[in-house]
Amino acid sequence: MSDVVGYRRPYFNTQPPYLYPGYRSTIKRAPTRPLVLLPHTLSETTGPVFGADDVAPGDHDLTAGHPGQPLGERIVVSGRLLDENARPVSHALIEMWQANAAGRYAHAIDDHDAPLDPNFTGGGRTLTDAEGNYRFLTIKPGAYPWRNHYNAWRPAHLHFSLFGLGLVQRLVTQMYFPGDPLLPYDPMYNSVPDELARRRLIADFDWERTIPDIALAYRFDIVLRGRDETPMATNRT
Amino acid sequence: MSLLTTPSQTVGPYLRIGFTALAVDALAPSGAAGEHLTIEGRLTDGDGNPVSDAVLEIWQADASGKYVRADDASRATAGKFRGFGRILSDAQGAFRFTTIKPGPVPGPRGAMQAPHLVVTVFMRGLLKQLLTRIYFPDDPGNAGDPILLLVPTDRRATLVAKRSPQAKATLQWNLVLQGENETVFFDF
Repeated sequence: MSDVVGYRRPYFNTQPPYLYPGYRSTIKRAPTRPLVLLPHTLSETTGPVFGADDVAPGDHDLTAGHPGQPLGERIVVSGRLLDENARPVSHALIEMWQANAAGRYAHAIDDHDAPLDPNFTGGGRTLTDAEGNYRFLTIKPGAYPWRNHYNAWRPAHLHFSLFGLGLVQRLVTQMYFPGDPLLPYDPMYNSVPDELARRRLIADFDWERTIPDIALAYRFDIVLRGRDETPMATNRT
Repeated sequence: MSLLTTPSQTVGPYLRIGFTALAVDALAPSGAAGEHLTIEGRLTDGDGNPVSDAVLEIWQADASGKYVRADDASRATAGKFRGFGRILSDAQGAFRFTTIKPGPVPGPRGAMQAPHLVVTVFMRGLLKQLLTRIYFPDDPGNAGDPILLLVPTDRRATLVAKRSPQAKATLQWNLVLQGENETVFFDF
């Protein structure tokens, strides 16, 4: 049996390191021994498959499912899921979670002194369509303090979890909002050394997808790793 | 054409809000072919403290060594073996799941890989996921496994589960983030 075609290794500086002391929790959790370079086998180029059984029709709407409307600014967040080769990643699972408009998570360990919203839980899911498009309806989350350093505040963000076709395409990331004055102070955002790569984390304001009288909109395209050149091409060496 | 990939960011401490809905700690339906096992262990950080806010995702082949594929007619149907698990660690840093032992799967240059589970780890303090593997104790394929052979000899044991002295169908495997018995993680 011939070898499988693996995924490209990340370009220099486009992904954060494990150890980034500016983000204090990395210090006791980042590996200290050398990583072992793993050739991609079937175990890495295949990955879990999700389908309509995993996502209920209303799961993309985080403003629904409660007796009333959540507080905050309603927003549409949509975009495309692509790979590095600009191919759409279709029928892929996207999970999203976030704080409420006051910057508080509906989670037992969040003790930030800001109000919970009985009409907002903050978790949703969707599947991309055949062209890799996805769409969430939610509210804009608030910034919140996080004690990493003196007067540390996280910029408003949405957490995204994505599955591609291969396990090594798996990505968990955060989406930030354009023009957020907290971004230059945020160790998470700044942990990505390459400026252009870092900017991939900031959504664009999306006038065309705003819903008049209802919601503003942001566009967030997400790019997963792509497959390498075929083995044929590497034979030229 | 080559687009710049989206950088990874940490799951943070509130991952349960996003991940609980699709958590799976019983990977194989009771009727699935293969040796049914429980795998349990603990996650500890560089101070030896339990990690109570982690998620482990398991990816594995079935007992015949086949991965469920996207183009497979049996895709994602309730009650069928799918090969995916997602387990959240508890307040003591412990985790536990049930599954079947997978068959050997093809590896690089025609070599077969010994049965293994691929483990993806997310937690606060990890800006990107860790990737590691669980191999099975006493499997004859371990000695020639092409991936285990890439790991320094003195660290290989961190990737092989141990049989519980109390229960034959229970395997133990701990994930140690830092220190003397630091688990081997892969650059993938």
